[in-house]
Amino acid sequence: MSTVPALSVSDLTVDYATPKGYLRAVDGVAFDLHPGESLGLVGESGCGKSSLGRALMQLLPQGALVGGSVNLAGDELIGASDARLRKARGEDLALVFQEPMTRLDPLMKVSDHFVEAIRAHRPETSKDEARHMAREVLAQMGIPPTRANNYPHEFSGGMRQRIMLALGIVLKPQVIIADEPTTALDVIVEAQILDLLDRLRSDHNVGLILITHNLGIVAETCDRVAVMYAGRIVEIGPVVDVFARPKHPYTQGLLRSVISVDTTELSSIDGSPPDLTAPPRGCRFAPRCDQAFEDCHSVDPMLAQVALDQHAACLLYPGADRRGAEVGV
Amino acid sequence: MSEREPVLEVSGLETHFHLGGGLLGRGEEQVVRAVDGVTFDIREGEIFGLVGESGSGKTTLGRTILGLVPATGGSIRWKGRELVGLTEKEFRPLRRRLGMIFQDPNASLNPAMTVAQGVGHPLRIHGITQTRAETRARVAEMLERCGLAPAERYLDVYPEDISGGQKQRVVIARTLITGPELVVADEPVAALDMSIRAKVLELMMDLKDELGLTYLYITHDLASGRFVCDRMAIMYLGQMVEWGEARAIYDDPQHPYTASLLDAIPLPDPSRRDRDKQLPRGEIPDALSPPRGCRFHPRCPRAFEPCGWEGRDLIDALEDRWTRIDEATFERELGLVGDRTAAVVADDHVRFRTDDPHALRQLLTELGPSLPTVVIDATTSMEADAGDLVVRFGAGPAPGDQVVAGRTVACHLHGVVERS
Amino acid sequence: MAETSARRARVQHALKPWRQANPMARRLVVVGLIITLAFALMAIFADAIAPYGQDQYRYIVGTTTDPATIDAAACGDTLDCEQLPRRIEPSEGYPFGTTSARFDVLSRIVHGARVAFAVVALATVLSMGIGVPLGLYSGYRGGRLDRVLVMSMDAIYAFPPLILAILVAFVLKQALEGRIEEPGVFVASVAVGVVYIPQYFRVIRNHTLSVKEEPFVEAARSLGAKPRTIVWRYVFFNVTSSVPVIFTLNAADAVLTLAGLGFLGFGVQYPRAEWGLDVARALPDVVSGFWWTAFFPGMAIMILVTGLTLVGEGLNDIVNPLLRVKGYRGRVPKRKATDDGADVTEVKA
Repeated sequence: MSTVPALSVSDLTVDYATPKGYLRAVDGVAFDLHPGESLGLVGESGCGKSSLGRALMQLLPQGALVGGSVNLAGDELIGASDARLRKARGEDLALVFQEPMTRLDPLMKVSDHFVEAIRAHRPETSKDEARHMAREVLAQMGIPPTRANNYPHEFSGGMRQRIMLALGIVLKPQVIIADEPTTALDVIVEAQILDLLDRLRSDHNVGLILITHNLGIVAETCDRVAVMYAGRIVEIGPVVDVFARPKHPYTQGLLRSVISVDTTELSSIDGSPPDLTAPPRGCRFAPRCDQAFEDCHSVDPMLAQVALDQHAACLLYPGADRRGAEVGV
Repeated sequence: MSEREPVLEVSGLETHFHLGGGLLGRGEEQVVRAVDGVTFDIREGEIFGLVGESGSGKTTLGRTILGLVPATGGSIRWKGRELVGLTEKEFRPLRRRLGMIFQDPNASLNPAMTVAQGVGHPLRIHGITQTRAETRARVAEMLERCGLAPAERYLDVYPEDISGGQKQRVVIARTLITGPELVVADEPVAALDMSIRAKVLELMMDLKDELGLTYLYITHDLASGRFVCDRMAIMYLGQMVEWGEARAIYDDPQHPYTASLLDAIPLPDPSRRDRDKQLPRGEIPDALSPPRGCRFHPRCPRAFEPCGWEGRDLIDALEDRWTRIDEATFERELGLVGDRTAAVVADDHVRFRTDDPHALRQLLTELGPSLPTVVIDATTSMEADAGDLVVRFGAGPAPGDQVVAGRTVACHLHGVVERS
Repeated sequence: MAETSARRARVQHALKPWRQANPMARRLVVVGLIITLAFALMAIFADAIAPYGQDQYRYIVGTTTDPATIDAAACGDTLDCEQLPRRIEPSEGYPFGTTSARFDVLSRIVHGARVAFAVVALATVLSMGIGVPLGLYSGYRGGRLDRVLVMSMDAIYAFPPLILAILVAFVLKQALEGRIEEPGVFVASVAVGVVYIPQYFRVIRNHTLSVKEEPFVEAARSLGAKPRTIVWRYVFFNVTSSVPVIFTLNAADAVLTLAGLGFLGFGVQYPRAEWGLDVARALPDVVSGFWWTAFFPGMAIMILVTGLTLVGEGLNDIVNPLLRVKGYRGRVPKRKATDDGADVTEVKA
């Protein structure tokens, strides 16, 4: 793509301190996100997808170590000052969480959440102006203007998630990071929220990073997909290509294991993900991989181009051997 | 599949929860009708699916059948024996034959018991084994049957030391160790990672064949239901809206709710992203005051006049309209209608406290076709009364059960039949 | 063989929180335990450690033996007795000095530890024995009984603890007068114990309320377990994690309450050694500049309370899983991958 990326991540690492040693939850992740593009980050629990989302926003628990670079339209966020980060959260980056109720203050009217958020970033905005902005963006998200002065508990789960989305976009950020935004919701409401996210992306030209464990959601909403396993991206590429022709054995297994209405045969991946305080040598998926060969247990693969725009970190493909050539993503 | 004997016959089952009035007994007592008149049977050796969104009452129905929640009406007959009305003490001996698998394996195992203790406890409770060694041997055998081999590796570990999939296998072993005949499985794979769900479902189906089990499979996930169930029922707000052979329901859903549930499932196939989806509006309403007539009508994409339109539907339709119009128009309409608190909303009418009832009547009539629902078409009269505008609605019968294309449906689209 | 591996697994499991704990918390517990154990040993071997008896004011010359232990009447007759010096400064032979009643302060502190431990132990057995089962029952059954119990426990809790202890001590003393020998320790234990019943009750009841909503409790019901089995096998073990914490913190508090009772004269009776009582007795001395009679018992109270509090605070860090996981600030074993000198930023609060 020729446009300047809205968000550029390279060599991102996240380490958590544990009594057993440092746990590298995110290990050298790199990708670009263009304006108006949606990227699905998909993986199973513990693969590091949520840590990655939080690292982008610099919202990690105390004591965690972050390395690498998160570049927001030319501005480096890793190691930036607290003031710069506060400004970034909301104005440049919005984060939408799984459980909306816990993010809303039960004692504050919905419109007041907006007034506070808007005036924290743009103190010159009057309260009336802020309320006006709130009503407009709430209406866009399907919340009637007559309900703007209600309290969070007066809304249903789906409506709260709509409110969170409205709060996220009121300052017109360039990138929305949605971490399992529909996991707590029923399928029908989930579909409604995903429609909204899609509309937001195309109407406002924002970049969307959708973190989820549900491959169906990725197929329905994203342009590109990054599959994560044990802290690393093992395959990244356009959704259409990756779903039609998955290259990495893990992606293949994951796609086969989805139980959808069309499923005629059940399939699963044997074994469980590695302990990240002591990851295995070589490819981290090798112990569970049915296509693994000898080198897989000693050589750590890197992302290599496997098709146009599609990259996979697997030794089955030329160039994935770390001893090989340098590859850009 | 041949017709087999029903092992469980449920008829007119009701589970209502009474929420006490306010502090000191003041305030009105409210009733949540979690299960509200459900009739079905489960045949020996089949997997009967109970599908619905959260709040549909499917979990409460499962727990009522197992006597974990008292039924407030109707009957549950298990192999000819009436279960409704049994005391906790009378029910206890039956529990070795009626088992339950819970949704979240992380929470349904006692963290203070090792696998051997936890799985073996039901044997001790029912006095099936006498000595510790005997219990341990039975546990080891059951664990291996559930795919935890060699059992020695799992016997003396605590739940926190094994993975989610292994925990669910332990839960299944604990449920099956007493040799139950009917197992209620409440979302048994929903909390598991995608890559291992299939393994656990396969295990459950294998064990069904090996041990001759009958399952009641409760799920919100129509996709896994399709794969697993012989027959199924779709529940909405405490009632069944469509039930019968699973294949018939999936291939040709007859209730709009079933159709939308199927449409809403995200498909892992980007090439079908732009398929036509009929999504219902809004969310499942509060079970404290279910909608009149057909409970699905406020959200139904195909609802028409007889579906049970009522006062609050009109307010909802107006509010929905207001999210899509410019501010000046909104202010003008709000001025005429007044906000939520200004209108008196009853089942069969709304009384708008307005300054100008005639202008409001004209507005509502004009808006009618542009509203997202047919609510205006379902009105029987709009009259000015003592300075207010009263909008009345006709009768809205609850839809009765009809057999359509090999399954039972409760929907007026197949002919307006009143629920008896 | 199976038996032993099962037992080993259970022991390992019990020790797990300790092994994963923050080193600071572990250090707190170790230091606190050393202090507490030192006092405990002092209490157990008081007779061997203390140079004199607790109310001994004279000795047989050439020994430290109390003539009263042989035949007090023989003193000055067949035995060569001598009185202990009165209010002598800390010095050789009397490291903590003596009181105006010629008692050796060190000996009284050593014997006082015995009273303190006896009272704290008895009081704890009483408050735990009543508070824990009542909390479990009340929390699990709920309903009217629960409401009545909560209200009465709150009423007790709202009472100033020392005043409540005095009241109980006073009433008990009247009732027991002349019926049992030396009611002091027993009365003080009951008085102190009553104060702490509501604390055990409240913590256990609230914890029970949340644990009983856990799916594994319903699972136990679905397996056919009787309510009593559920309470003891499924709820009890999951709510007791907080008991050691309350126990140590309450024990520290109990030492203070006991001292308070003694100070006000409602505890054990003089001349039995009890630190609070000794401080009270020493008040006139302080005015005259004889600091040691009040200082050493005061220090004993302070050090034991500090020791117990350290154990309690440390245990709190260890037992509370939230603190344990989230705020892990302890030493992290190095691993090669992170030692590659990469440029990382640590997230601060």
